[in-house]
Amino acid sequence: MKRFIGFIKKEFYHIFRDRRSLFILFGMPIAQILLFGFAITNEINNVDIAILDNSKDSTTEEIINKIGASKYFSIKQVITREVDIASVFEKGHVKAVLNFEKDFSKKLIKDHKATIQIITDATDPNTANTITNYVNAILQQYQKELNKDINVAYQIIPQTRMVYNPELKSVYMFVPGVMTIILLLVSAMMTSISITREKELGTMEILLVSPLKPFQVIIGKVIPYIFLSIINAIVIVMLSIFIFNMPIQGSLLLLGLESVLFIITSLALGILISTISATQQTAMMISLMGLMLPVILLSGFIFPISSMPMPLQIISHIIPAKWFIIILKAIMLKGVGLEFIWKETLILLGMTVFFMALSVKKYKIRLE
Amino acid sequence: MLPIIFILPLLQLVILSNAATFEVKNIKFGYIDNDRSSTSRALIEKFNASTYFNVLTDYPTQNKASAAMLRGEVDVVMEIPQHFSRNLQTEQHNTLGIIINAIDGAAAGVENVYITQIVKSFNKSIRTDLSQISDAQIQPITIETIPLFWYNETLNYKTFMVPGILVLLVTMITLFLSGMNIVREKEIGTLEQINVTPIKKSQFIIGKLFPFWVIGMALLSIGLIISKLVFDVPMVGSLLLLYLYTSIYILVVLGIGLFISNFTDTQQQAMFIAWFFVVIFILMSGLFTPIESMPRWAQLITEFNPIKYYVEVMRMVMLKGSDLMDILPQLIKTLVYAVVMNGLAVWSYKKTT
Amino acid sequence: MSKSKVIQVEGLTKMFGDFAAVNSITFEVEKGEIFGFLGANGAGKTTAIKMLIGISHPTSGKATVAGFDVYTQTEDIKKNIGYMSQKFALYDDLTVKENIIFFGGIYGLPRKIIKEKSDALIKELGLENVTNQLVGSLPLGWKQKLSFSVSLIHDPKIVFLDEPTGGVDPITRRQFWEMIYKAANQGTTVFVTTHYMDEAEYCDRVSIMVNGKIEALDTPKKLKEQFQAESMNDVFLELARG
Repeated sequence: MKRFIGFIKKEFYHIFRDRRSLFILFGMPIAQILLFGFAITNEINNVDIAILDNSKDSTTEEIINKIGASKYFSIKQVITREVDIASVFEKGHVKAVLNFEKDFSKKLIKDHKATIQIITDATDPNTANTITNYVNAILQQYQKELNKDINVAYQIIPQTRMVYNPELKSVYMFVPGVMTIILLLVSAMMTSISITREKELGTMEILLVSPLKPFQVIIGKVIPYIFLSIINAIVIVMLSIFIFNMPIQGSLLLLGLESVLFIITSLALGILISTISATQQTAMMISLMGLMLPVILLSGFIFPISSMPMPLQIISHIIPAKWFIIILKAIMLKGVGLEFIWKETLILLGMTVFFMALSVKKYKIRLE
Repeated sequence: MLPIIFILPLLQLVILSNAATFEVKNIKFGYIDNDRSSTSRALIEKFNASTYFNVLTDYPTQNKASAAMLRGEVDVVMEIPQHFSRNLQTEQHNTLGIIINAIDGAAAGVENVYITQIVKSFNKSIRTDLSQISDAQIQPITIETIPLFWYNETLNYKTFMVPGILVLLVTMITLFLSGMNIVREKEIGTLEQINVTPIKKSQFIIGKLFPFWVIGMALLSIGLIISKLVFDVPMVGSLLLLYLYTSIYILVVLGIGLFISNFTDTQQQAMFIAWFFVVIFILMSGLFTPIESMPRWAQLITEFNPIKYYVEVMRMVMLKGSDLMDILPQLIKTLVYAVVMNGLAVWSYKKTT
Repeated sequence: MSKSKVIQVEGLTKMFGDFAAVNSITFEVEKGEIFGFLGANGAGKTTAIKMLIGISHPTSGKATVAGFDVYTQTEDIKKNIGYMSQKFALYDDLTVKENIIFFGGIYGLPRKIIKEKSDALIKELGLENVTNQLVGSLPLGWKQKLSFSVSLIHDPKIVFLDEPTGGVDPITRRQFWEMIYKAANQGTTVFVTTHYMDEAEYCDRVSIMVNGKIEALDTPKKLKEQFQAESMNDVFLELARG
């Protein structure tokens, strides 16, 4: 045990001697969470749209005002001919054109029905889709107001309750994701680099020849990083609470424990990477190239997993970040206890054990 | 190392391009049917028939449904009240409880629109079924919307994502390799040896970076072939123009890499910094989330994001067929960026040695 | 087993696929001996050493180090040996003192002993003025000597030195060998690989490996007679060409 403590002490020397890395290690996650917490949103805001109003009557005017007044859209241009639509898209930043049919009000009164075309520049299909949905939502609201006084026969009125995030803030969606990505990448990178660094410098051999057992060497190298990551996690959670007003509905203790578990999972992944790479360069390329995009894209951080093609949904199961994001959202926003997230917790635990076991196996193979 | 440089990125291109969609579908839908009448069943059937909803479970009580939502098993719960069918006939209207998991606010909004549309169409169908008199006066007003998706009618997000993800991969590989390269020589000690040779610094730097430039271009080429073969992404514009832009763009990235390399002592520091910038570049490139929705100060930051320009150019040239004049602003900005970054890099290299 | 034989190797073999990196080598090393383990690059020296120090499993053959079996008792071997590799292997970002304390610590020495040892060691090497300097700032020769002393800190029965004097000036090499002799006189067995043939002359006995096999093994004097050579250099060239 004494040997082991001496070993950990040495790791701390390494970390604190390299002030630049230390600064980066703590400074960057803070900068990133601040930046992304504010900047990343899948809402739309102030999207430039153009109007083609073939009726120019009171109803269309009212609708246009409604749309223009929303924070989602700003009306950049009013055009008069349908042939102009193409040039509007090609030239400017206009993402959508609303085309009101002729005699809009009249048709609404006579046929109780009138039509608006929502033409979007679908080169960015995601934004096009979102714009269409937002316009639809505004129009639905407007219809409800129009129909308010009419007592229609046989009508079902849905009363919708948005739970866990009633104001539909996208910060709630993204802060857990940003936190996950930062913790995962920093932890995995740090361990894989610090272990391969000893390999590259030749000190690993000396350690292996010493009576320290290989797993003691590895654990000893990892423990200081657990502390660093925990500090990182605490800072990130504090920022989430105080800067982004993220609620912590559930138990802070549970949140802490789950975070520690996820940090250990990430460190175990880092260990695994270090056992299969001989140089720091390889380790870094694997941790960065191999982890960054899959974690961003397949974890449910930005894109909903349930909308992905089936094979990808299956692949997403092996991304540890996915499970931690579920856990984070559940504790922070839903306020649930372990009884609701034991499955995800077990999966992370299983992954950790798997990474560790595989590392031990690979380690043995390396020593032949 | 070679598999990491080529196979890993290309594999990701093929797999991950499928992931990046904001479409909301396969919504996990559950219901509590307190009425169990033919009307309530017909309503549920409406949801079942919709391609957006996966009708999953029939929950006996609201508590069960809430618990399921807490467990994440269901995203939308509809509660059909008791005497739903009877009330509809006697009182001619009725309410329906809908609970939506709104953690993903944008998706929740979309789900709400879908639900409203389905209920509306259900209203219409029961009216024709139940009411004998079709009195036009009490018909509710409907504003019908017809969505038209120009340039990409089927909302194929892959043609949109493939070029973007290719951009990310080319950038990441070239940045990481160049960022690590010189600092690696510093750490191992070979840099001193090079500094005592008569080679000029500019020659040395070009010699160091040229292989990465070639790797970047090769990655682009293979990536383009894959985009065509696997995803059938159109190549509307000029391939030559794309290569011209890319050749300048990679210089920007290499300049940044070199700059980082010069200002760090260890590979570890270099990689942390490179990672920091790559994550910012990626998430603020407008590829995954729209730039227009960011706050103004964040939009200003994106002006300094080379990936943003490359993504724009890639899409404009490949998908819209833009020509040299169209991409001129991006081209000039990138060129300036390249000159500044490489100038800084060479300058800092002189300073550190 | 004779008590004075601290390393006994018989038919030790290491295969990498079809390639025999070490091909059935047999030799013994006695207590307090300085045993030179020579061979060209790629002859299999490092592979052989790795098997003896317990970080690589042999494919076949028998070997005991300090009386412990290399297959089953690697942990016991590790407690009884010191090792210094061809790459310089102290931590550059730790001070002289921290390095000594660290390595003493991982061999499980009590704090008091480490303190005594480190004071003695620093004095012996004349490092009093730099104990709190980072090792990275020391000249290479100092680092090598420090590294050797550190590999002896737990009084191992055998110390394995894998090309310890690479890149070191002749004066420092001389001092280094004086340290080796001193250790040998105190009963430590020294197992050393080297490329410098003048160093081979300093060894009690020398083995020369060629293509995974030990082609010659005897005292430098007898080897020179056997090959009718004037120096170990000629012996080596004769064999390596062979």
